[in-house]
Amino acid sequence: MSTPTTAELKPAPPPVETIRIKVDGRELDVPKTMPDWQGKPQPTTMLQACAMAGLEVPHYCYHPKLPIAGNCRMCLIEFGTPMMGPDRKPVLNEDGSPKIARSVLPYEPDAARGAIACATPISPGMELYPSSAATKQMREAVLESLLINHPLDCPICDQAGECKLQEYSVEHGQATSRFVETKVHKPKQVDLGPRIMLDDERCVLCTRCIRFTRDVAGDDALGIVNRGSYNSIAAYPGRQFDNNYSLNTVDLCPVGALTSKDFRFQMRVWFLKETKSLCATCGTGCNITAGAREEKLLRFEPRQNDAVNGPWMCDHGRLNYKWVQREDRLSTVISTRTGSGTWTGVLAEVAEVLRNAPKGSVAMVLSARQTNEELYLLNKLAVLCGAITDSIAREGQGDALLVSPDKNPNSNGVRLTGVAYTEMGIQIPKIAAGIRNGQIKTLVVFGEDVTRHGLEGDVLSRLDHLIVSDVLPNETTQRAHFLLPGCAHIEKRGTFVNVKGRLQKFMKAVEPKGDARPEWEFLGELLQLLGRPENFKSLEGLFNQMAKDTPAFAGLEWSRIGDLGVNVKL
Amino acid sequence: MAFIVPAELEAELNELVTHYPQKRSASLMFLHAIQEHFGFISKEAAEWIASKLDLQPIHVWELVTFYPMFRQHPPGRHQLKICRTLSCALGGAYALHEHFCRKFGLDPKAHGIQTTKDGSFSVEFVECLAGCGTAPVMMCNDEFHENVSLSKADELISKCQ
Ligand code: SF4
Ligand code: SF4
Ligand code: FES
Ligand code: FES
Repeated sequence: MSTPTTAELKPAPPPVETIRIKVDGRELDVPKTMPDWQGKPQPTTMLQACAMAGLEVPHYCYHPKLPIAGNCRMCLIEFGTPMMGPDRKPVLNEDGSPKIARSVLPYEPDAARGAIACATPISPGMELYPSSAATKQMREAVLESLLINHPLDCPICDQAGECKLQEYSVEHGQATSRFVETKVHKPKQVDLGPRIMLDDERCVLCTRCIRFTRDVAGDDALGIVNRGSYNSIAAYPGRQFDNNYSLNTVDLCPVGALTSKDFRFQMRVWFLKETKSLCATCGTGCNITAGAREEKLLRFEPRQNDAVNGPWMCDHGRLNYKWVQREDRLSTVISTRTGSGTWTGVLAEVAEVLRNAPKGSVAMVLSARQTNEELYLLNKLAVLCGAITDSIAREGQGDALLVSPDKNPNSNGVRLTGVAYTEMGIQIPKIAAGIRNGQIKTLVVFGEDVTRHGLEGDVLSRLDHLIVSDVLPNETTQRAHFLLPGCAHIEKRGTFVNVKGRLQKFMKAVEPKGDARPEWEFLGELLQLLGRPENFKSLEGLFNQMAKDTPAFAGLEWSRIGDLGVNVKL
Repeated sequence: MAFIVPAELEAELNELVTHYPQKRSASLMFLHAIQEHFGFISKEAAEWIASKLDLQPIHVWELVTFYPMFRQHPPGRHQLKICRTLSCALGGAYALHEHFCRKFGLDPKAHGIQTTKDGSFSVEFVECLAGCGTAPVMMCNDEFHENVSLSKADELISKCQ
């Protein structure tokens, strides 16, 4: 019943029809069709065939998840096709192999005529020469013309280090510029929208940004104005480029033309420590790469996962990281009862409270922002104390692309670990009533300000014991008798199950502040103090133990969950 | 100032759209018609065209900024267009252009169309007017003039006033 439905278990697809070609003289069978930007099968292109042969064809305008434009010419390569006789039969060499006609310019038969690899389909017997002298020359020429009006001031450009123009120029370009004329000047520091700055002089007019916002984000907001070398990317005068996906154009822009106002000039990219994590702002769980330097978070970027977010993420999620390192972060563990300020002291007190609590006198409100592992341990704690548990639903606006109306990252985790079986929050009125009539005397809250969700201050003030763990201060944490500072997900490891049932793991990008610790760590200690020693030593062990105990996760192992997660049965 | 397209013109344009497989293909014809009527393409005009053709205004603006013949500001009451393609350039087009500019206090070196402060004249270079044999040639509003000497130019101006 509870076998995980992972991609590996799907039946193998039927065998694919292939075409035999040669790449740099090496024979290769490539599929006749390959998925296009929307995943529909289309004739395989030269660029895809070269990639299969392990050769990257340099490109600017081509992007696997955007419609093909074929405008930058960077991907030009030399090629040949089997020669046909007048009888429409292949012409053969003396050794019986087919004679290949290299494609040449009609008016200059000595010069190779390249084809743009991104948009040219392969055909049987075709030969591709991505490493030939003629191909190299084409690349040099394209780069030279792209650099004609380019500022060439990489040392002060924020894109340096992840700029395709810089990389290709080093790899495929010429060492010096032959251009002695005056460069055309174009608009710089154009305020394209609330989150994006544009430098038109750096733009190579690949139109990735235009195609993304038109075809993926569904907001046809950008275009090219003016003519010839004055061509500039622009939004309509007076209109802001402000859709919730606008920052993806910054990732897409192969050069330093589009920059994120939030990140530009904050840090040279080569100093960033990059960590694989998730966005926890909604239930979609977009995969991200978190960039940090000296324990300071500096940017989130989408990490491609075609089962979840493709290569994109929304702006709101991308920029929702600053709160993690807010000055007023909860960073001290404290018991207001005894004034104890050490983890050992406070946990011992909490254990004492829970141990002595009569059955039915404890309730727990556990956020769907906690990880599966934490919810699993919390649920154990609840069983131990005979506590009633619930969580808080967080509904908001969704959209057709990525954003989910569920603003919790782990609502399914809450359900699968048994913290709330049905609709989240239906127990809250019961808990409130229990506190009012004196039946519930101890409340454990993880990650929610319950005063905003039906357990107002006057209700909380009737409690004998309020045990709270959170990251940022709020009215509930202020009223806590025992405060256990926890971590934002970006400061710890764990797993979430997204709205579609994908279980995904995330790694720790930065250290938490002060006393704050990953909740699963101190929950393990607490269970131990309560006489339920847990035999996990690490998060891996905890995950594997949870998987054994939780039907929906049966058969899963931490080490076997890849970076892209697995589907679980909801 | 509100942008109001007369009903007849709008009806004409509505009919025009039906000639094209896609509405967008009518963009240039719309721009010509609007410029002919209003003398230039204002932002309001671009937005009006965009909404008529189910486009975003930026895509009308791409055209307006691409083609030099589309004006973003009202031209003068009299429009002097001097050909500067090869024959006319050799035949004195630049001297003619400079002559007009000096007369009206405009900058002969400036790029693009220039209009006098009082709005009476605008001067601009255009490309070949197909009168290469009688260079230099120019147009004054919709009238074509050949072999335009500087004195003929002065005559033209005086006729305009
Ligand atoms: S701004 Fe960047 S993405 Fe957009 S066209 Fe220019 S180079 Fe391409
Ligand atoms: S869609 Fe949701 S998970 Fe994805 S980036 Fe936006 S808020 Fe984060
Ligand atoms: S990648 Fe731009 S033309 Fe092929
Ligand atoms: S060059 Fe002036 S009319 Fe042809």
